[in-house]
Amino acid sequence: MDNKRRNFLKVAGISTLAGLGGTAVIDRLVTGSTSVRAAAAADHGSNQGELSTGHEGRPDPSTKRYGMVIDIKKFQQDPSLGGRVVTACHSVHNVPQFPDKKDEIKWIWMTNFENAFPDSPNLYLDEATESHQLPLLCNHCDKPPCVRACPTKATFRNKDGVVMMDFHRCIGCRFCMAACPYGSRSFNWREPAPFVKNLNKDFPRRMRGVVEKCSFCAERIGLGQQPACVEACGDSKAMVFGNLNDPESEIRKLLKEHHTIQRNPALGTLPSVFYIV
Amino acid sequence: MFEKALKGNNYYWMWLAFLGFFIATAVVCYLRQYFYGLGLTGMSRDVSWGLYISQFTFLVGVAAGGVMLVLPYYIHDYKAFGRITILGEFLAISALLMCLMFIMADLGQPLRGLNVMLYPTPGSMLFWDMCVLWGYLILNALCGWVILTAERKGVHPPQWIYFFVYLSIPFAFSIHTVTAMLYCGLPGRHFWLSAIIAPRFLASAFAAGPSLIVVLALILKRVVHFDAGKEAINKMVTIIIYAALANMFFVGLEFFVGFYSNIPGHMDTLKYLFFGLEHHGHIYNNLVPFMWTFIALFCVGIALLVHPYTRKQSDLWLGIGCASIFFAFWLDKGIGFVLGGFVPTPTEEIVEYYPTFNELFITIGIWATGFFILTVLYKIAIGVEHEIEA
Repeated sequence: MDNKRRNFLKVAGISTLAGLGGTAVIDRLVTGSTSVRAAAAADHGSNQGELSTGHEGRPDPSTKRYGMVIDIKKFQQDPSLGGRVVTACHSVHNVPQFPDKKDEIKWIWMTNFENAFPDSPNLYLDEATESHQLPLLCNHCDKPPCVRACPTKATFRNKDGVVMMDFHRCIGCRFCMAACPYGSRSFNWREPAPFVKNLNKDFPRRMRGVVEKCSFCAERIGLGQQPACVEACGDSKAMVFGNLNDPESEIRKLLKEHHTIQRNPALGTLPSVFYIV
Repeated sequence: MFEKALKGNNYYWMWLAFLGFFIATAVVCYLRQYFYGLGLTGMSRDVSWGLYISQFTFLVGVAAGGVMLVLPYYIHDYKAFGRITILGEFLAISALLMCLMFIMADLGQPLRGLNVMLYPTPGSMLFWDMCVLWGYLILNALCGWVILTAERKGVHPPQWIYFFVYLSIPFAFSIHTVTAMLYCGLPGRHFWLSAIIAPRFLASAFAAGPSLIVVLALILKRVVHFDAGKEAINKMVTIIIYAALANMFFVGLEFFVGFYSNIPGHMDTLKYLFFGLEHHGHIYNNLVPFMWTFIALFCVGIALLVHPYTRKQSDLWLGIGCASIFFAFWLDKGIGFVLGGFVPTPTEEIVEYYPTFNELFITIGIWATGFFILTVLYKIAIGVEHEIEA
């Protein structure tokens, strides 16, 4: 009898403890999941910090997500504009000019509509679009595949949406180049220094063996200046740079007034560069 | 046991010297590349991975292929593989060392390689690839060495080693799965963006790896009188046949999805690889001969392996059959898969890749280094086997 009672108490005690423990675990799981959901809801709501998407929900105007609107028509009206934009960027950033195309490095370049938007092929393109070129640069995606692929965090996304490179951490594996669906990245296949004309001492030169790309002129926007390419456009408003999270910004007004397209948006990368066609 | 590698006949030393010549050439070529930059290769911003990464991808498969001996022997207690399991493990070691050398040769800043460990990035598949490759290398070195030492002493291997032997089996699958994930998770590269890549990699690995082991076993039989045993070879050939057919089935599925759906992105690379891709009036087809050689070698290899006469009666035909399968899948994965994936570029241009001589010599040299290590390891293993028999 005593023995049975002892056993009963043991079993009862253990199962109570297990029950308590079990419910505690379940409680934790449930609260855990609700807090995750709450965080997700907040993320889509007004409380968007560094994860602001700018595409879903209402982004907080006090946070930044830099973007660019490029008006293709302006580049058609002034065919020399493209060259000026490219030169402005490449000279400010000490981008080397190699004689051999195999070594090519480019941050911004002019290309045909069919190359920029291969996912929207059109056999019956209007003459202006078909015969003119438009500028391509890094899209500074909100969900950048290059950042996901980088094994050393040498490429990363700033809080203001700019996708940056740390030239001193990059190991040169070129995984980001394979990952970028826009072909925006270049590699220093050889020593770039001898091929930089008119060195700009305010911006670092790169060493060989690292990847580089457009940085949305992070060094200039930090000083309150416009990116070099935007500045090269003068008052033409062919390229407009600004904060996508601020509904009052010039760029958002342009986006409101014009129909714009992005490069291969189906990939879910959420590019920050928009084109007025 | 290392002393066994230091004693050999003239042929042994001549073979090592022959490989040493290519290794020395590669060292010189690598120094040139190191001081000039990767511009000495044929790679460009459009085809940003070349022979190095494609060889790496293929060799991960060869390393993983060793598990086709380990798994039947340790899980299913298939005794016939007892003698040659060590061949699979040592092949895996040398293949993995080649993989690591190819990665280092491909890095723009090789001295910063440790950044992958200093700034671990779990979101990057390359980080995980490094983890599983090193893990599999250490596991194979550990298991191979401990079991061989026990064999030499005529005792059973210690119990604890079996934990690592069993652990090495999922690792073998993971190295090739994670290597496939380097490719199949990238948006915008249609040819790679396919869920069948990992199974296809495993299938071709389980054909190519054992094929090489059979060829090596046949050579060892003639040269050093080490007989793997008829039963073991036959079973390996069965594994090779099924794995090779599975790979071709998966390749066929890629063709179906591409051409039946008629989506240009899914067809373009296949067209480029097998038929030549027309673009602005020019047909780009520099990989077409390689791909049709792959198909032809596969057909020759599979015919020789499937036919009972060639499989069972003649070691020569069997060797040719296995070598054909090995080279076929080398062309498929070591050439076509990686290089083809960059065509067309994201901006719908076509840039064809041609390796430079410097790059070719480095590639050959790394293969030679791998076979050098393999020869030394096999010399030790066979030496121990002969010692036990004596």
